[in-house]
Amino acid sequence: MTYTRTGLTAALAFCATTALAQDSITVAIQLEPPNLDPTGGAAQAIDSVLYANVFEGLTRFDADGAIIRGLAQSWDISDDGLVYTFNLAAGVTFHDGTTMDAEDVKFSLDRARAEDSTNAQKALFEGITDVTVVEPLVVQITLTQPNGNFLFNLAWGDAVIVAPESIDTIASNPIGTGPFTFTDWVQGDRLELTRNPDYWGPAPALASATFRFIADPTAAFAAVMAEDVDAFIGFPAPENLPQFEADPRFQVLVGNTEGETILSTNNKMPPFDDVLVRQAVAHAIDRQAIIDGAMFGLGTPIGTHFAPHHPDYVDLLGNSPYDPERAKELLAEAGFADGFTTTLKLPPPSYARRGGEIIASQLREVGIETEISNVEWAQWIEDVFTNKDFGLSIVSHTEPMDIGIYANPDYYFQYDNPAFQTLMETLNATTDPATRSDLLAQAQTIISEDYVNGYLFELAVATVAKAEIEGLWVNQPTAAVDLTGVSWAN
Amino acid sequence: MIRYAAGRLTSLVISLFVASIVIFAVIEVIPGDPAAFMLGVNARPDTIAALRAEMGLDQSLIERYFDWITGLLQGDFGQSWTYKTPVADLIGDRIWISLPLAIYALILSTLIAFPAGIYAASRRSGAGDITIMGATQLGVAIPNFWFAMILVLIFAINLRWFSAGGFPGWDNPLQAMKSLTLPAIALALPQAAILARVMRSSLLDMLGEDFIRTARAKGLSARQALWKHAVRNALIPVLTIIGLQFSFLLAGGIIIEQVFFLPGLGRLIFQSISARDLIVVESVVMLLVFTVIMVNFMVDLAYAAVDPRLRSKA
Repeated sequence: MTYTRTGLTAALAFCATTALAQDSITVAIQLEPPNLDPTGGAAQAIDSVLYANVFEGLTRFDADGAIIRGLAQSWDISDDGLVYTFNLAAGVTFHDGTTMDAEDVKFSLDRARAEDSTNAQKALFEGITDVTVVEPLVVQITLTQPNGNFLFNLAWGDAVIVAPESIDTIASNPIGTGPFTFTDWVQGDRLELTRNPDYWGPAPALASATFRFIADPTAAFAAVMAEDVDAFIGFPAPENLPQFEADPRFQVLVGNTEGETILSTNNKMPPFDDVLVRQAVAHAIDRQAIIDGAMFGLGTPIGTHFAPHHPDYVDLLGNSPYDPERAKELLAEAGFADGFTTTLKLPPPSYARRGGEIIASQLREVGIETEISNVEWAQWIEDVFTNKDFGLSIVSHTEPMDIGIYANPDYYFQYDNPAFQTLMETLNATTDPATRSDLLAQAQTIISEDYVNGYLFELAVATVAKAEIEGLWVNQPTAAVDLTGVSWAN
Repeated sequence: MIRYAAGRLTSLVISLFVASIVIFAVIEVIPGDPAAFMLGVNARPDTIAALRAEMGLDQSLIERYFDWITGLLQGDFGQSWTYKTPVADLIGDRIWISLPLAIYALILSTLIAFPAGIYAASRRSGAGDITIMGATQLGVAIPNFWFAMILVLIFAINLRWFSAGGFPGWDNPLQAMKSLTLPAIALALPQAAILARVMRSSLLDMLGEDFIRTARAKGLSARQALWKHAVRNALIPVLTIIGLQFSFLLAGGIIIEQVFFLPGLGRLIFQSISARDLIVVESVVMLLVFTVIMVNFMVDLAYAAVDPRLRSKA
């Protein structure tokens, strides 16, 4: 570990009043990245710190989730939709001074899709058959079949461009092309970034940024109140938000995420293999009570597995209004007039732990008893996700546009519908926007009418920041704390 | 004395060996595959298998135990699976928070407890004794994490004298000590309360002993008898408690480290358990066990120094 910090930055980070230069910021997030390699792990915290700040991909998400240009300044798609030709930005260098060119793009994509790749989202690169360097700044990617999501896939944090020269130490010393360079990481406490003077794009307003990692909700509240941090992205204590709203020192931003929070249901485990039972569960759930009780009002009810702020969202809440009487009728029809008992496995986030208690009591109303067990994430992945040893669980699926998981019969909720699978294949091979919209609407409707899971709400994200800070992302289209456009008003 | 120390040393080595087996066995059975956890829900089975091989998880449990233990004996703690850095470095960074914090808290608690306990014993049943005993009763009853939150509320949020948490590093020792002050107080006060009560009752026991009466009969004042004879003899149970408390303060700072978001050993264990970074958990827990056993060993030796009878007994 190198301690390159100067006394000045240490003082800035720890004096309660930072009356000095307002071109540095201390941002807190809850979880610390386990390592700094966005191409080698699923932890969202890695992207939260590094996405758009240190690493860039060919394309990227903007603050609203739209796909915009990244290192690729323009692209052509062949008429058959199989060949993408990307023209790279000129004059881009990595933070270690080496040039970024088509060879690096080829290296990054080939590495991500290699046999021994440990990329957590390897599926993003599945259709790629070949990456060819045409010219130093032109790269051509060939696909096996048309993929309407391809530019979207390339925008993920897992698809950023890395260099062979620095790949071996990427986990501890990330070298990207972004507007900020990595300076220091005091594991367990904070990570520091400094403005990249050689950035190829517009220079960011901030000269430096410090990320702090504060997991405990009470500590998070104290750190913001004591002004130890300038902004807390993903503030973990929604019950304290009114207090910040009332305080002129702070601003509270509530935005949406790509997290569909669902009551995951094991579709192969009796009695949930019966659609009537799943429908009964759907009618037994009072979404608003869960949003109010577990999330202190933050969250948008959903009737299918799709983000409500997405233009292709279809409002299907009408398929499963809160109606306990109807739920009891459906249970009786399915042969469970006396109800049944099942398991409810809850991972650590408060939406699951608090929400789980509320759902358990709502299900009890219609005769379904749940045995609640609280599990850690690692155990959840083993029990629920891998071994499918569960009846019900509550999880927020935070990957953007992930309705495709319903086409995988081996996915942990084990929904196996060939019609849906065919629909998804058609969708993936369709590039025409209007047809895609139509197919997405059909997909949402099918899973809603099959009551695959209990659809609860779209997870919201709260940011508490000093009132003078401008340019923070309100929404979280992907896990990112993009500091490129952040500045102080004073 | 040498036979006594050798006996203690043998039991130390055996304890360490047994502890290593127990720690490894208990931690390895925690459900949850580290590789699957790291790669998340979209990972494909072949990717997980590739990572498992990279992490050495495809070896048998016994092979891994011997790898670990031979590494430890050579001073090699292994490589963290999640951080991908040597465990020794992780520990090295964090021990410089946990250890000073534990020592700081121990000094504070001793500084409070000794005078309070001695004063209370010398004023038995007086107003001072009753006040101190009442305060220590409260101190024992209050959980340290709650007390920590109250300290943050008053001194960080309202008065703004301290930051609410975090650690600036030892580059600036004054700032570093300042940032450890609230956590040390939160850790120290409940411990001081216990220690003061032990000190008082141990002193009172001594004051009833024959040798105190003898000392008084020889013409010593009550105060002289207390300081010259009772305090020294009362130290044995107090030392035992201090030894236990030090271990508690070192390993038990975990909650306080969460409250003050200090990157210490406790928080390292906490994070590593949830990330299933088992190699880190095993090595850190082993280190803590080693420290506890060493501290107890030293307390045993200190008994012998305080109480000459133990030296000859062995």
